[in-house]
Amino acid sequence: MDPAAKLSIDIFKNDQEAHIVIRQEICRRCEHKPCLRICPGGLYSVNKETGEVVIEYKGCLECGSCRVACPLGALAWSYPRGGFGVQYRYG
Amino acid sequence: MERFDAVVVGGGLGGLTCAYCLAQEGMQVLVLERGDHPGSKNVTGGRLYLRPLRPYLPELWEAAPLERQVTKEVITMLGEGSSLTMQFTSDKFRESPAHSCTILRSSFDKWLGERVKEKGGFIVPQRRVVDLMKEDNRIVGVVAEGEEIRADVVIAADGALSLMAEQAGLRGPLAPRHAAVALKEVIRLAPEVIEERFGLTPGEGAAHLFFGAVTPGLFGGGFLYTNRDTLSLGLVLGIESFIKSKPTTETHQIFEAFKGRQEIAHLIKGGELIEYSAHLVPEGGTSPLAKPFGDGILVVGDAAGLALNMGITVRGMEFAIASGYMAAQTVKRAKEKGDFSASFLALYQTLLKESFVQKDMETFRHSLEALENPRITGFYPQWVCQLGEQVFWIGEGPKERIFSILWKGVRQGLLNLAALKDLLMLRRI
Repeated sequence: MDPAAKLSIDIFKNDQEAHIVIRQEICRRCEHKPCLRICPGGLYSVNKETGEVVIEYKGCLECGSCRVACPLGALAWSYPRGGFGVQYRYG
Repeated sequence: MERFDAVVVGGGLGGLTCAYCLAQEGMQVLVLERGDHPGSKNVTGGRLYLRPLRPYLPELWEAAPLERQVTKEVITMLGEGSSLTMQFTSDKFRESPAHSCTILRSSFDKWLGERVKEKGGFIVPQRRVVDLMKEDNRIVGVVAEGEEIRADVVIAADGALSLMAEQAGLRGPLAPRHAAVALKEVIRLAPEVIEERFGLTPGEGAAHLFFGAVTPGLFGGGFLYTNRDTLSLGLVLGIESFIKSKPTTETHQIFEAFKGRQEIAHLIKGGELIEYSAHLVPEGGTSPLAKPFGDGILVVGDAAGLALNMGITVRGMEFAIASGYMAAQTVKRAKEKGDFSASFLALYQTLLKESFVQKDMETFRHSLEALENPRITGFYPQWVCQLGEQVFWIGEGPKERIFSILWKGVRQGLLNLAALKDLLMLRRI
């Protein structure tokens, strides 16, 4: 089962404002880009046209693993605004 | 502007327990929770050990929404296409009050939040704290989405990632070595099916841990806990270990491979996936948070790195609850003295040190170094499983003596310097 299908089962209250922003000028210098593999939602990918890393913040499970794994501190990372983001019914 | 005795950042076990104790003392306490209700952002592997909590609000936990009383401890070593499982049970696990129970955090924390409100504590959901208020280098409150809220003391209970601990200057950003990422599925299954499949009577539960070929050479493992009518299936991966391995697969792909193992597949068969979650787990190590207090602030639970991986057991929630309790005792005395300075709030660390929390953390201080050893998930499970295969396999030719197979295996696998070093490392657990 791909992560997108799994995320579709969860309840999200999505904000129009992204809570994670990639500072491209820093991100560009990163060789291994662990964000592409660590995210449990598989939300990081490389845009084929620009070559930049992009994130689909709307499916974020708010674990913070990308923030911990990012070696250069390229992420302007915050939790979604109060009342937004994933709402676990079981946890 | 209203002023509180204490403002708690985060409605998890540490924060809510602290708020409960303070409200019980008649203090003005406010819990700010960014989710829809306490628990809506929280995830557990699994299980709560209740005995360590008996000195701390025992009557409260007896009424809690517990899922199943764990009576079976199961550990599986996974090789490539083979596995060895050990199962332990004891009548002591069936005694009342329970030794350990499985729980689900959304309902558990919501319930605890209700208890806080009953005692007169305030809980404001859907409110994210973005910053700490500082005056003359001491913390005097929080900034919650534009609104400034003043309090004598701030309780940072904002989980493993704790941005509050960072903003208070108590530590830098959480290092990859000190955190693991957990991926989890909640799978619905009828209670009778769970009981039959795991060999349990109604109300009894199983705790099943997996290590080996699911995360070969990586620091991590799998878990499966039985709840009332669901299973919690998860995978934990040490972040530093994962990054260093220059992975070609993604975390969720490793999880899917784990789920696809026949050892798992038959346990979750016919179940319906009803939630997918992910969370950080503090892995501690030598210094989780050297100073869990500052001028006007106390840090509790996961936020203070109070969690322990002892290999066969992984614990955090009891530490969160006990630390929340001790933070409340500290605040109560600080209030009596009118002193919320770091030097007085250091009492919190003294209380932690006198309790099982810091004692257990100290005992297992170096367990992380032992468990990080790639041979624990790489070489050994594979070695054990290969040996098992040789012992049980009857081929076309004549069978070698069992003792001779085992002796050869031991000689190859254990009688060498690397294994001796590993054995010495294991003393740390």
